[in-house]
Amino acid sequence: MTVVTTPNGFKLDNSGRRVVVDPVTRIEGHLRLEVNVDDKNVIRNAVSTGTMFRGLEIILRGRDPRDAWAFTQRICGVCTGVHAITSVRTVEDALGIAIPDNANIIRNLMHATLYAQDHLVHFYHLHALDWVDVVSALSADAKKTSRLAQAVSSWPLSSPGYFRDLQTRLKKFVESGQLGPFKNGYWGHPAYKLPPEANLMAVAHYLEALDFQKDIVKIQTVFGGKNPHPDWIVGGVPSAINVDGSGAVGAINMERLNLVGKIIDDTIAFIDQVYIPDLLAVASFYKDWANWGGGLSSMNVLAYGDFPDIANDYTNKSLLLPRGAIVGGNLKEVQEVDLKDPGQIQEFVSHSWYHYPDDQKGLHPFNGITEPNFALGPNTKGTKTDIKAIDEGAKYSWLKAPRFKGQAMEVGPLARWVVGYALGREDIKEPVDAVLKKLNVPVTALFSTLGRTAARGLECQWAAHRMKHFYNKLIANIKNGNLSTANVAKWEPSTWPNEAKGAGFCEAPRGALGHWIKIKDTKIDSYQIVVPTTWNGSPRDPAGNIGAFEAALLDTPMADPEKPLEILRTIHSFDPCLACSTHVISPDGREMAAVKVR
Amino acid sequence: MCCAPRSRRVLVLGIGNILWADEGFGVRAVEEFHRRFACPENVTVMDGGTQGLYLVPHVAAADALVVFDAVDYGLDPGSLMLVHDDEVPKFAGIRKMSLHQTGFQEVLSAAQLLGSGPKSLLLIGCQPLDLEDWGGPLTPPVRAQIEPTLAAACAALRQWGIAPAPRAAPLAVGEGLLGHSTDHDAYERRPAATGI
Repeated sequence: MTVVTTPNGFKLDNSGRRVVVDPVTRIEGHLRLEVNVDDKNVIRNAVSTGTMFRGLEIILRGRDPRDAWAFTQRICGVCTGVHAITSVRTVEDALGIAIPDNANIIRNLMHATLYAQDHLVHFYHLHALDWVDVVSALSADAKKTSRLAQAVSSWPLSSPGYFRDLQTRLKKFVESGQLGPFKNGYWGHPAYKLPPEANLMAVAHYLEALDFQKDIVKIQTVFGGKNPHPDWIVGGVPSAINVDGSGAVGAINMERLNLVGKIIDDTIAFIDQVYIPDLLAVASFYKDWANWGGGLSSMNVLAYGDFPDIANDYTNKSLLLPRGAIVGGNLKEVQEVDLKDPGQIQEFVSHSWYHYPDDQKGLHPFNGITEPNFALGPNTKGTKTDIKAIDEGAKYSWLKAPRFKGQAMEVGPLARWVVGYALGREDIKEPVDAVLKKLNVPVTALFSTLGRTAARGLECQWAAHRMKHFYNKLIANIKNGNLSTANVAKWEPSTWPNEAKGAGFCEAPRGALGHWIKIKDTKIDSYQIVVPTTWNGSPRDPAGNIGAFEAALLDTPMADPEKPLEILRTIHSFDPCLACSTHVISPDGREMAAVKVR
Repeated sequence: MCCAPRSRRVLVLGIGNILWADEGFGVRAVEEFHRRFACPENVTVMDGGTQGLYLVPHVAAADALVVFDAVDYGLDPGSLMLVHDDEVPKFAGIRKMSLHQTGFQEVLSAAQLLGSGPKSLLLIGCQPLDLEDWGGPLTPPVRAQIEPTLAAACAALRQWGIAPAPRAAPLAVGEGLLGHSTDHDAYERRPAATGI
């Protein structure tokens, strides 16, 4: 291949210099990217390789379905809650278990809390450093920083003294040579555009967001009994409501509910007054990033939907984040999504290191097979242990290629917000239009790296305000004497049919997550998981369609291929998490991302 | 470092992934510590899993920290190594402490950046034999180090003025840190281990 056009409309040219980024830093798990750049350093071909192998399904076979959530939440440190909620929904679907209203509300509240926390951590601690130059913050003028902070927000921590102290602390830290979370940065890179004062303000909020976590996790502790690793239960939520109780472990009492109410108010304040103003301030310096990184987002997006406002109703009448698929950029038609329809979601392995009876055909997750088959293509450069350039014409990733009706799809906050926007949901349309207006960019700016990062911020704010909504619903139920939190009618395996199968879903912060189970004689017979990063980071399929990461990198100009900051910006905007999509084959001790230009 | 007031907040933390054979060492060690010893109220015993940055608030709140983890020191499998105080981040800097991109070093330095974090630190690291047996148990040489690990942790805690009290009988399943068949024994009994 030199130049080809993919069925999904992208022109790939792999004749230019090859740049390898391995591993991509500040993500969970292990991802390798290779791109070809032309003589102007514009990306003309992109190859996304998940360099690990996964096989969680094998661990679950033969186990009690009611325990599956506890195993799946161990896959990854970032996604504990989302695998747990998806797993209990999967088993409930298989066994036909309806959960009480309170359980639905509490799950929504815990899930919205996770959104707020996860999006905050992603923006400040994983993504912001792609836009904020920490070293530049050292030369900021504290007084000017204070004026800037007060101009964009009423957040009280904004005095010159506050920023001066922080700068001193940062200076000491950097001078100690222990860069810690700030290592692996391309400090001083010409693509950093913020003035030193904006950098200092953002670093201050980086630390505030880090500190704020200690409050927000208390909500998970109240409802899940502990943190990390809160408890879940098939049929509802594990903690009983006992409003008059005092101090009983695990019980939800008035004192704890008041604490939750206060933390919700603090969360809303932090996101409204810190995250959103920072996002807008940073975005205003990077409007050119509305031109790049769109990839599949203007064409194919997929959302399973989440936050059912009516217990056990998983249709769009109930889902506050709607379900749907947009194919071919037709925003007028939002297609229905059915996780159990064998013709809709299929995984392909023609370019993945797995073996199917027929590698050209896709398999629905109910019939999924995970049989490793590692082999490098004939055009690979280098050796098995030191690959210089991978052969994307052959198998080249440990990720499978999931497709919706044969189409590669983007999932995640941007996909959800595009679906919501297309469906005319006012609570989604209104904030999107307001931000577009504020930044003075057209609606097409959404389909970009900047749009993806902005959608995450708006969704974080949306989730924080929904926390309040669910909290109020819970308090109203309790006042009406409705205290039920679990349905145990089908808890005993003796009540189950000999065979059952079900599918469960959730919108993880980073995108659509699905679990599929088959139960036989009260044990797990098969369990398949398709995670968001498998959709976004997928390799090519038999038809040659490229996945969301690969599509998003195309046509991006790079200032310096030796320092691929632009690649990190776009890939981080997806919030990739490969811990569950892949599994380490050969752990290595390298700390810095290796970048090789050939 | 010794003879500090008892009110100091102490965190006994195990980190790692129980699904990846010896990568689960830290979590299994803290699980066993909790099963066997009762600690005073100022001591938190925590299964940290692979929570990365989410552990920062817990670490930042601690004055003293004992952490169990599988660490690749390049030694013989099952070798136990104790690293103290300032040496911990330095040591963690040599190799990744966890397979995750956010190593424990980042967690410590983030806590430090917040102007807090433990003043006294002990890392009890065990050299893994096998990190690639997906769903596999701890290997024998690593498992054999749990007992010496508990002894080392107790010795350090006593130096800090804390006396972990051996329980009359180890906690039963369901009272431990890990539940729902992810506790060590139930995990080991999984059909995949014996049948396949």
